[in-house]
Amino acid sequence: MAHGLATPGRTFRDRAARALDDSGLQRALRNLDVRLGTAAEVERDMRPVKDRAASIRRETLADLDGWLERLEAALTARGVTVHRCATPAAARAVVASIAREVGAHVVVKSKSMATEEIDLAEALEAVGFDAVETDLGEYVVQVAGERPSHIITPVIHKTLDQIAAVLSEEAEESLPVDRGALTDWVRTHLRERFLEAGLGVTGANFAVAETGTLVIVTNEGNGRFCTALPRVHVAVVPVEKVIPRFADLATLLPVLTRSATGQRLSNYVSMISGPRRAGEQDGPEELHVVLLDHGRRRLIGTPYEAMLACIRCGACLNVCPVYRRVGGHAYDSVYPGPMGEVLTPLLSAGLSGRDLPAASTLCGACTEACPVEIPLADLIARLRADLRSPDPVEADARRPHARRSGFGAWALVWSSPRGYRASTIVTRLLGAGVAPARAVRWRRRLLGVGGWTATRDVPVPARRRFRDQWSTRS
Amino acid sequence: MPPVALFVTCVVDLVTPDTGFAAVRLLEAAGCEVVFPAGQTCCGQPAVSAGEPEAARRLARHFVKVFEPFETVVAPSGSCAAMVHHWYPELLDGAWRRRAESVAARTYELSQYLVEVLGRTDLGATVDGTVTVHDACHGLRHLGVRDAPRVLLTAAGATVVEMTEAETCCGFGGTFGVGHGVLAGALADDKLGYAAATGASCVVACDQACLLHLEGRRRRGTVGPAPTHLADLLAAGLP
Repeated sequence: MAHGLATPGRTFRDRAARALDDSGLQRALRNLDVRLGTAAEVERDMRPVKDRAASIRRETLADLDGWLERLEAALTARGVTVHRCATPAAARAVVASIAREVGAHVVVKSKSMATEEIDLAEALEAVGFDAVETDLGEYVVQVAGERPSHIITPVIHKTLDQIAAVLSEEAEESLPVDRGALTDWVRTHLRERFLEAGLGVTGANFAVAETGTLVIVTNEGNGRFCTALPRVHVAVVPVEKVIPRFADLATLLPVLTRSATGQRLSNYVSMISGPRRAGEQDGPEELHVVLLDHGRRRLIGTPYEAMLACIRCGACLNVCPVYRRVGGHAYDSVYPGPMGEVLTPLLSAGLSGRDLPAASTLCGACTEACPVEIPLADLIARLRADLRSPDPVEADARRPHARRSGFGAWALVWSSPRGYRASTIVTRLLGAGVAPARAVRWRRRLLGVGGWTATRDVPVPARRRFRDQWSTRS
Repeated sequence: MPPVALFVTCVVDLVTPDTGFAAVRLLEAAGCEVVFPAGQTCCGQPAVSAGEPEAARRLARHFVKVFEPFETVVAPSGSCAAMVHHWYPELLDGAWRRRAESVAARTYELSQYLVEVLGRTDLGATVDGTVTVHDACHGLRHLGVRDAPRVLLTAAGATVVEMTEAETCCGFGGTFGVGHGVLAGALADDKLGYAAATGASCVVACDQACLLHLEGRRRRGTVGPAPTHLADLLAAGLP
C-alpha cells in the first residue's frame, strides 16, 4: 500500500526510478551524511563505547523475557499501568480506549517510530480524535499527508521551499521561506494544541528494567510537553527497548545521539519514572506503557535476533548509497534503508517488504556504521535466501528449495572444471566473432541481463580465456 | 618460498584474462613462483548475492577442494577473496567449515599479499601521472584492504589523489547491478563524477567487476577517468 508517499510506485524498483527523476527530492537528499554528522567520526571517537553498547544489547537479548518481566514489575511498582500487546491492532485498541476514557478530543504525539509502525495517529483520527504530531518534521509530514522518510529526520525528503509551501497552505497565509519564521509559526500553533490536549502519546528510546524509567530523547522539547502537560500519558514501547540497568544509559545515550545526529547528547533527555506523585507539581495523573511485541520476541534464538539490538539511530540510512540516492519513501515502509530492509519483512512475517532485501548492493557500509554491531549486510543477504519461504523467520535455509532458478544448475555445472570449461565456450564465441549488433542482442538474451544493459554496456568476453592462454604460456 | 596459487576469478578468466597475466607478472616481480590450479572455477559469490546459499555452498566446497593443497592463494579481486574469508565459514558446517577456515587463512587479495605479507611495495614498476583509488567494498570492509593499493601506486611513482567518497560503493553490487540497473547506473555516475573531479587519468581498484560496471557506464556517455585494475596499471609499468 503506497499511502502518503512522496514517491509513488508499485515496487521498490519503480519508486527508486521515480525518486532518481525527482529533482526536488534529489536536492533535498544532497549531502545527507554530512548534514547528519558522519559515521566515520563516530567510529574514530567511540569504538570502545560502541563495543560496550553492543555488549549491553546482546546481554539484554540473551534474556529478553526476563528483562521484560523485571521492567514490568518496576513500572507497576511505580504506579504505571502496563499493557502487553502482541499485535499493532491490540496496541491501537488499548490507546484508543484510554483516549476515550480520558475524554480527550486532542491527542498530542511526540515523534515515535513505534507509533508509526502501528499507524496510531491514523487509527486515532479514524475514531474521532485529533491526533497531532508535535515534532517539527513529523508535523510537516502529517500536514502534507505523507509518511516520514527517515527514522530520525522525518522530512529530510523535502527542501525548505517545499516545507514552506506545505505550512503556508496549513496556515492559510504565505509564510516566508525561512527556517526561523516557519519554526515560529509551528511553535505558536502547536502551543495551543498542547494546552488543549488530554492525552499525550510518546514512544521511548529506552526503558530501564532496574528502575522502571522511560527515557525519551528529543531536540525540540516537544516530548517533554507531551509527557508533562496532558492529564494522561501513554508510551508505546516495543519490547526490545528494554535495557537492564540505569547505569547503561551512560553508554547507550551518547551512542544513540552521536550515531543519530552527531550530537554528544540531545537537547532534551526526559527520564520518566511513574506518574505524578502526591505533592508533585507536574506530570500526568496516569501513565500507561504499551509493551508492543509485533513479531519481535519470536526472532529471539533465530539468526535474526541481532536485529533486535537496533536502537533506531538511523546511521545505516545515512551511509547507505542506495538510501542516499532515493530517500526513504522508495522503500514504502515505516522503516527504510538497511535496517528497514531487514526489519520490514521480519516484523510482517514476510507479508510486506519482500523486495526490500534486494535493494542493497551489500556494500557493508551499514554494518560498519551500526553502533551496536548488527551485521546488517549479512542479514540482508540471508533474507534474500529466506524469503524464498513465505515467512522468512520460519525458513530453513539448509533445505534445498523448490523455486526454479538457474543457480542450482549453474553451481552444478561450475563445480566441475569440465562443466565450467564446456559452458564458457559460449562466452568465448560471443567474444570471438559474432557481428557486434547481433552480439549485443544475444548477450542480452543469453545472459538475461536486461537490467544491466538498460544502463551499461555489457563487457565483451575475451576470445581466449585466461586458462587457455596459461596452458600455452611459454 | 612455496608457490603462490593464483585464483584468477571467473570474471578475469572469461572477460579480462590480461588482468590475470598482469597479476602473475607482479607476483613474479615480487619473487613468487605462480601456479594456476586448473580445476578452479568461481568462488560462488553471485549465488550469495542472489540468495541461493545451496548453490554457493556447492561452489565453496569446490573451491576448498581445489585450493587446499596450496600454502598461499592469491586473487586479483577483493570481493572473491572476501567471499572465502567472510562467507565460506558462514555457509559451511563441521569439517567443511574447518577446511574452509584453513584455506581462508591463507587466501589474500593481490595488493594485500604483496604489501602486507611479502612486505613489498616497490616492484620495479613505473606509473606516471595522477591516479585515484576506488576502495571496492568487500576488499575494504572484509579484508581491510585500504592502504596496500595506494602504497604500491605511490612506490611506482604515481601521484595518488583521493576522491570524495572513495569508500562509497560504485553500485555494482552483484545481482543488484542486474536487478536494479537504473539505480546502479546512477551510483556509477556518482563514482565516476567524484573520480573525474580529481583530474586523475584513471580510477584504480582491486576488483574487476566494479571496474567493468564503471566502464560499461562510461561507454554510455558518463564522463570519468578510465577504470583500471591495479594489476594492469602496475604490470604495464614493469620494465
